[in-house]
Amino acid sequence: MVTNVTSFGRSGLADWVVQRVSAVILAAYTLFLVFWFLQQADVQYTQWVALFESTGMRIFSLLALLSLVAHAWVGVWTITTDYLTPLSLGKAATAVRFVVQCACMVALFVYLVWGIDILWGN
Amino acid sequence: MLTVSIYRYNPETDSAPYMQDVQVDTGGKDLMVLDVLELLKGQDESIAYRRSCREGVCGSDGMNMNGKNGLACITPLSETVKKNKLVLRPLPGLPVVRDLVVDMSIFYKQYEKIKPYLINDNPAPAIERLQSPEEREKLDGLYECILCACCSTACPSFWWNPDKFIGPSGLLQAYRFLADSRDDATQERLAELDDPFSVFRCRGIMNCVSVCPKGLNPTRAIGHIREMLIQRAT
Ligand code: SF4
Repeated sequence: MVTNVTSFGRSGLADWVVQRVSAVILAAYTLFLVFWFLQQADVQYTQWVALFESTGMRIFSLLALLSLVAHAWVGVWTITTDYLTPLSLGKAATAVRFVVQCACMVALFVYLVWGIDILWGN
Repeated sequence: MLTVSIYRYNPETDSAPYMQDVQVDTGGKDLMVLDVLELLKGQDESIAYRRSCREGVCGSDGMNMNGKNGLACITPLSETVKKNKLVLRPLPGLPVVRDLVVDMSIFYKQYEKIKPYLINDNPAPAIERLQSPEEREKLDGLYECILCACCSTACPSFWWNPDKFIGPSGLLQAYRFLADSRDDATQERLAELDDPFSVFRCRGIMNCVSVCPKGLNPTRAIGHIREMLIQRAT
């Protein structure tokens, strides 16, 4: 058993499930938007606003946003623990890895709050 | 004449590893790579490599031949040589002791971690613990592993985290005991594996499957472990 406190769900299985489920949600959201664009003859500001007026679309968007944040966390965490290790960076590895992980998490948090503000703010 | 480019490193005399080109007369025969090494050793006895059974059973002579891991004793030249050249390197990702000999300690440590023995606290029956033919069948494709390390040293996840990711070989063995009807420690074994490194560093690129000299499929075993973990947790 390898313990780790910076991974998303603390358990390998939880991270794995989160990664898969969030991928499906993001794929569904992307496909929905692509089809929506194809359906519209010409997309203007009014249609775009109308689309995001509906609560359903806002919930779907927030779900996609949360999925994006979780997906990115699991992914970036995996990359940092693959490449920012003592094997490649020597003694500084732990400090570098921790700083990069924190920076990514802060960025993701900012995107999340910013995204909620865009969806529900006025 | 075959050109063999062989990785040489003797930590006592060399400051860095280097590749040495040697010409070998194979007599036009389709020799095994190990036979070529024996010929080389006849010319220069300082060349170091491991070997024992010379028939793909002991797993000692795992090495990287023209970029692909395998056992030198059962790899014919016709299968690996390109443009009359054979490049021999030690298994990638492990510390080199000398020439083609690598230090396998970390590989064995991962093997040790999965407790590669039957755990059963029930009193042993008078003769033996019986299995039905179906139960026994589940171990096929698992028990044949000879621990040659060709798979784990072909796996990037093992290269990056050899101390945390168990690696294809160890996980194949982990599943061998998870699948054994005589083993009682399934839950404890699964609990040990449910962290972000031990099993889940596998990204399913299947390098292990493509190099295994015994034709085993560690990726499938890892998939079964993941299924068991999901079953246990949902
Ligand atoms: S699974 Fe195959 S390649 Fe891996 S250690 Fe066992 S025999 Fe060697």
